[in-house]
Amino acid sequence: MTDPHDMPEQHEREHHVVSPKIYLAIVCVLLVLTATTVGASYVEMGVFNPIVALGIAVLKMMLVVLFFMHVKYSTKLTKLTVGAGIFTFLILVGMTLADYVTRAWGRW
Amino acid sequence: MWLFLLTEIMFFGGLFTAYLIYRNWYYPAFVEASHQLQIGWGTGNTAVLITSSFTMAMGVWSAEMRKKGALVLSLVLTFILGLVFLGIKTIEYHEKWEKHHVPGLHYSMQSFLNPASDPEVYNEYHDKPLAPDMARHTELYFFLYFAMTGMHALHMIIGIAILGFMIFRAQAGAYTTGHVTFVENFGLYWHFVDIIWIYLFPLLYLISRHQ
Repeated sequence: MTDPHDMPEQHEREHHVVSPKIYLAIVCVLLVLTATTVGASYVEMGVFNPIVALGIAVLKMMLVVLFFMHVKYSTKLTKLTVGAGIFTFLILVGMTLADYVTRAWGRW
Repeated sequence: MWLFLLTEIMFFGGLFTAYLIYRNWYYPAFVEASHQLQIGWGTGNTAVLITSSFTMAMGVWSAEMRKKGALVLSLVLTFILGLVFLGIKTIEYHEKWEKHHVPGLHYSMQSFLNPASDPEVYNEYHDKPLAPDMARHTELYFFLYFAMTGMHALHMIIGIAILGFMIFRAQAGAYTTGHVTFVENFGLYWHFVDIIWIYLFPLLYLISRHQ
């Protein structure tokens, strides 16, 4: 922190700069996945309609988190933080839903 | 910044859980109510928001590469795309207002008690009339719809306000001197708001097209 001119080089060393080509590829994949999920919603698949829609949403989220949010190139601490957040989220939602489905479902 | 985003995940997580539980409880009401949303607008908005995430990522890249012109351009494009998203959302909200589908004193169940009275939606889905005690729960769908998309829109409005501030700072050369943390953290926030929409779109618009 002594000389402000030292900062950028340090920053470069710690930081992987993602190239615009990767961003462009990711945004194209995301738009194709959006078209896919809309197309899939027009096909009658019964219980699989929500599963396919949410599966594609998870895939899109992974692409955004890993590339746009740079988690793929981040430190282990960041990866652990993000992983722990998603894990805790799933525990909370999973436990809540487990409580509801094991009660008198459909007889409220 | 990630820790802040984790608290945001939990916040939206509560809304998502409420939606999932009520959707299973009042399934017929939620299916028919979701037929009121127009997939075209939702798809368009998804494309707009994903593109704005791309321009924001390019903004972070420009700041890291110290390209001032490219940074300002990326931020302005993100700003405009954010406004386009809110504009489309306003059109959708206005339609709900006109059809009395905003929860509250003026809420009307007409489209669900007598679906044929709503020809635009009826011609596409041919929904059967709901019994009054089930049709009543369509209001809950719209309550959650407005709570979830409204909270998302509020995040967009805050983001757009910060973008406006950043555009002025970027023009003064603030972020192209090697200090990119602010732009980077704002990028994380913007991508997070994008991810929320990535889930809202299928849950609200897509998964109930077939009964």
